[in-house]
Parts: sequence; C-alpha cells; structure tokens
Amino acid sequence: MTQTWAVVPMFNEGSVIASVVTELRKSIPNVVCVDDCSSDDSAAQAESAGAIVVRHPINLGQGASLQTGFEFVRSIPEMTEVVTFDADGQHQVADALAMVQKLRDEKLDIVIGSRFLDDRTDMSRLKRAVLRLATAYTRVTTGMALTDAHNGLRVISRDLLMKMQLKQNRMAHASELIDQVRLYKAKWAEHPTHIVYTDYSRGKGQSVLNSVNILVEIIFK
Amino acid sequence: MTIIFQIIALIAVVLVAFLTLRGGGARRQAVQRIFMLLFILAAGSSIIAPQVWTFAAQLLGVGRGADLLLYITVLAFLAFVGATYRRFRRIENDMTDIARQLALTREKAQHNEPEV
Repeated sequence: MTQTWAVVPMFNEGSVIASVVTELRKSIPNVVCVDDCSSDDSAAQAESAGAIVVRHPINLGQGASLQTGFEFVRSIPEMTEVVTFDADGQHQVADALAMVQKLRDEKLDIVIGSRFLDDRTDMSRLKRAVLRLATAYTRVTTGMALTDAHNGLRVISRDLLMKMQLKQNRMAHASELIDQVRLYKAKWAEHPTHIVYTDYSRGKGQSVLNSVNILVEIIFK
Repeated sequence: MTIIFQIIALIAVVLVAFLTLRGGGARRQAVQRIFMLLFILAAGSSIIAPQVWTFAAQLLGVGRGADLLLYITVLAFLAFVGATYRRFRRIENDMTDIARQLALTREKAQHNEPEV
C-alpha cells in the first residue's frame, strides 16, 4: 500500500490555510502542517480542514519546519513519498500529483518543481533575474543542471527522506536540500510547475532583498 | 585632570577584570581567560604608562601607541564576533532540536498514534 504525505510549513497563514488544506486533501488526504509558532489561528484553521498539526513552541523558520515535518512522517511506516507544499496556496495540486506519478513511474528519489520549464508562471523581471542567479549559484556549487533551485513544491521518496537532515533553519534550506540530493547521489528530475502569484502570496513571499540573507546563510554555515 | 581620569579608568578596568575572570569553569575556558587577562593588562598599562605603548608602536613601525591599541582592539573585536557567531549557531541548533522534539512529542501525546 502506498501512501503519499504532504508536508506544509506554515506561519501566519490563517486566512488561506483552510482552503489550501481542503484542496490538497481531495487528492492527498494525509496532510501534516507544521505551525511555526503562528500568532494567528493558522493551527486551528488547518486542523479544522483535516490536517494533522505539529506546533513549534517557538518560531524557528521555514527550513526547520520542513525538517520537523520530515521527522514526523518518517515515523509512519506506510509513507512512500512526501510532497512539500507551500501554505500560501501558490502551488497547484495537479502539479504535485503529476510529480508523484513521475517519481513512481521513473523510480526517482526526488522530483523538483520548476517555474522555468514552461511559460505558465508570470513573475516580475527582477524576481526572475534573482531566481536565475540563485539557480546559477546552485549549478556551480552542486554541478546539478537545475533550472529552479528555490521552488517549494517537491516530491521526495521515502529512501531519500530518511537521510535528509536540514540544518539551515531559515531560507537557505532550499539550497541545502539540493546539496543533500547531490551528497546522497539521489536520482532526481525536474517537473514544470505553475506558480500563481496572488496579491496574498506576493505579500507573504520573499522579497528580492532576502536573497542577500540566503547568500550569507549559505556562506557562513 | 589626567590623574582623575586615570583613577576612574583603572577602577573600571579592575571591575571588568573581577566580573569576567571570576567563577569556576571548564578547561576550555582557560585559554579565553588568559587572553582576557592580557587584554586587561593592556588596558591597565595604557592608562598608567601610555609611553610603553608608544615605544612598542615605534618598534613595530606603527607610529603612535594609540594606533597600535586601535589595531589590537579591532582584531580582538573581530575574533569576538566570530566566536560569538559560532556559539550562537550552536545554541540555535540545540534549541531547534529541543523545540522539534517538544513539538513532535506533544503531537504524539495528543493522538497517541498518528492517524493512518
């Protein structure tokens, strides 16, 4: 029996999380939301929509939330793969399902979402340029020919998940995750994803300036 | 005027020395304390006998004793920043582990077994 789990790191997403979880659970019923000590009712909203909620007692960051979610699902014997999904609703469930299928069909360890494999995703020129730069950095440091290194939508197999150990608590975890894919010589592939930038997700998302923080976090591990 | 400043500064140095060197600790702290002691001696001597610093500075070709003190202070400050950053990261990692275990344990206590 295969069982897909969704891990959703969550911080103050009370206004959207219920609909995101509901939408997700239509096709992936097993959803764990990691509440990073939100000050709003995110945890209650996620629970009412049917998600399991793991609550951080203090705010630790998105990378730490992902790792907590990973450690939670590791203890579930039926879990065969995990989908990482952003809480602000910018990802498409259909993309996630296609990625799970791809992982199983091609016996991969990880399928990484990419905004740059097709032209569905509409974003500002500056954001595109910064993401391209971040991806170029990842390519140089890991030697992996990725097109989008900072996409929150991924599908990870049980085998790889058991080894994952994210130590970057904040934003540099995306690069760190890719680094571990290389370290464990995991079989990976990319999959085109459509990111919908609503006003809400734009407001919540990373500002372009945050790339400075990511770079510093990567250099001064 | 100078003598009053010297006395006040010396009292400050002695106070700092007393506060930082006091208390028992692990062997690892020893090196840090030796450096701290040197730092305090440097601070004290620069108040009592600034000409020693001028002499040392001229030997090193730096010029004024005050300049030499500034360079040493900048280096010491950088070392302090580095050490503090490393210690901070260690504490952060430990805290993350504790918080994560607490979060997972609490969830488990709530549901006994994860709903499968």
